[in-house]
Amino acid sequence: MYLGKVIGTVVATRKYEGIEGLRLLVVQPLSHDRKPRGTAVVAVDIVNAGPGEVVFLVASREASQALENTFVPVDATVIGIVDAIDLEARP
Amino acid sequence: MTLARVIGTVVSTIKHPKYRGLKLYVVQPVSPEGKPTDPSFLAVDRVQSGVGDIVLVLTEGNGARQLFRESVLCIRSVIVGVVDAVHVP
Repeated sequence: MYLGKVIGTVVATRKYEGIEGLRLLVVQPLSHDRKPRGTAVVAVDIVNAGPGEVVFLVASREASQALENTFVPVDATVIGIVDAIDLEARP
Repeated sequence: MTLARVIGTVVSTIKHPKYRGLKLYVVQPVSPEGKPTDPSFLAVDRVQSGVGDIVLVLTEGNGARQLFRESVLCIRSVIVGVVDAVHVP
């Protein structure tokens, strides 16, 4: 699981069966200090996150296990909206 | 499994129901000497670890499902041990 920031949405009318009706977001992965890390991914959203929000995602096989239909072609899902990240004080 | 250091906690109210009541930590993979290696990621705690601890993180979904005794579960990384010492001769 990793942190990300929602930077946009994706509209796709023609989709593979099973992923119709799912909300798609463009998410920029973040490091723990909220700095962008790597390239943006498209992820399914189950928590109604909006652009600008910091979220956390699960990837790989477990991404589709967050959905109602667990046998669908999905490899990243936004599974939570982050309220706060409390980091240890660095000396 | 990966050696990592717990460097922070994540607070989230709106989340997948399976995450309810679980502690979510930011973990930083470290070398046996304790130096940061790969980028940090999030893991669910199962062993009452705390911020600052060196821990053992399972980063594989099937193992996670087995230890939560679920056949469908959207958790991939789980803290499964608190490390007391690492010896690399």
